[in-house]
Amino acid sequence: MINGILGKKIGMTHVFSEDGASIPVTVIKTDSCYVVQRKTKENDGYEALQLGIGEKKESRLNKPMKGHFKKAGTPGLYRLMEFKGSGLDEYKQGQIINCGDVFKAGDFVDVLGRSKGKGFQGSMRRWHFSGGGESHGSMHNRAPGSIGSSSDPSRVYKGMRMAGHMGDRKTTVQNIKVVAVKPEENIILLNGAVPGAVNSVVVINKALKKSK
Amino acid sequence: MGAIQDVEKGFLRTDLPDLNPGDTVIVKVKIKEGDKERLQPFEGIVTKMRGNGLKSTFTVRKISYGIGVERIFPVHSPSIDSVKVLSRGKVRRAKLYYLKDLKGKAARIKTKR
Repeated sequence: MINGILGKKIGMTHVFSEDGASIPVTVIKTDSCYVVQRKTKENDGYEALQLGIGEKKESRLNKPMKGHFKKAGTPGLYRLMEFKGSGLDEYKQGQIINCGDVFKAGDFVDVLGRSKGKGFQGSMRRWHFSGGGESHGSMHNRAPGSIGSSSDPSRVYKGMRMAGHMGDRKTTVQNIKVVAVKPEENIILLNGAVPGAVNSVVVINKALKKSK
Repeated sequence: MGAIQDVEKGFLRTDLPDLNPGDTVIVKVKIKEGDKERLQPFEGIVTKMRGNGLKSTFTVRKISYGIGVERIFPVHSPSIDSVKVLSRGKVRRAKLYYLKDLKGKAARIKTKR
């Protein structure tokens, strides 16, 4: 069984549980998740499966990639990623992986996505600094404050939390519960939010730190 | 956006009446107490309808012991047992926020004929 799958974030809604509670869910569509390549110990030194998602026009592909997809018998794909797992021999090149075979309701997953870009942000929004007073004559409103000592060390330490670009980074959220899986429509419902904009590709892996 | 509608389809309720702002309704809510379940009525005026699809909600306002109480219900919530429309109100707004400032006779709403 493969450990993860690629999907496309469709958006959020909520569903009701049997006792009437409303559960917020993110809808992930995993159709067109193709097996592109089988990495083997003999050939590549490790065991993995390369999956791809998101069909791409053939005119947008370069020649090496065109050959790669032709060999697999898949259309041109937008995003490729390798996944580990056990019993990978049962998967064939060009096959579409159904989310129902990998996940079931009640499982826990880690979801990796590219977070929405927030642009250049100050230290209060970016690092949750408390800032200064807002009134009573305070002139220290949203500034970060001290960024270190003076003549010793005579420099600002690396990694000092300051204003800068926020978001648009690879982000993983761990231990998200799978609320429901619909194999016939190839849809997974995940509890709560996942990183990334609508229509962006997300990677759904089995939870690293939680089994059940 | 079709996938979201597919997900919501299974939860949509069609057994409840259509509501509009200004309607006087009795909402019977299922309340669980231990293993027992009982129905709690909430009677008042619908002051607000919002959202679409499964996410839509409605707000019911009533005066309870002289205090205004508003309760927001998801339209398609399974914990709603039934909704009974007592009268259809004649109002000229979609959101009846002005009722919060009025009380007694002034807070009445004309019924539709």
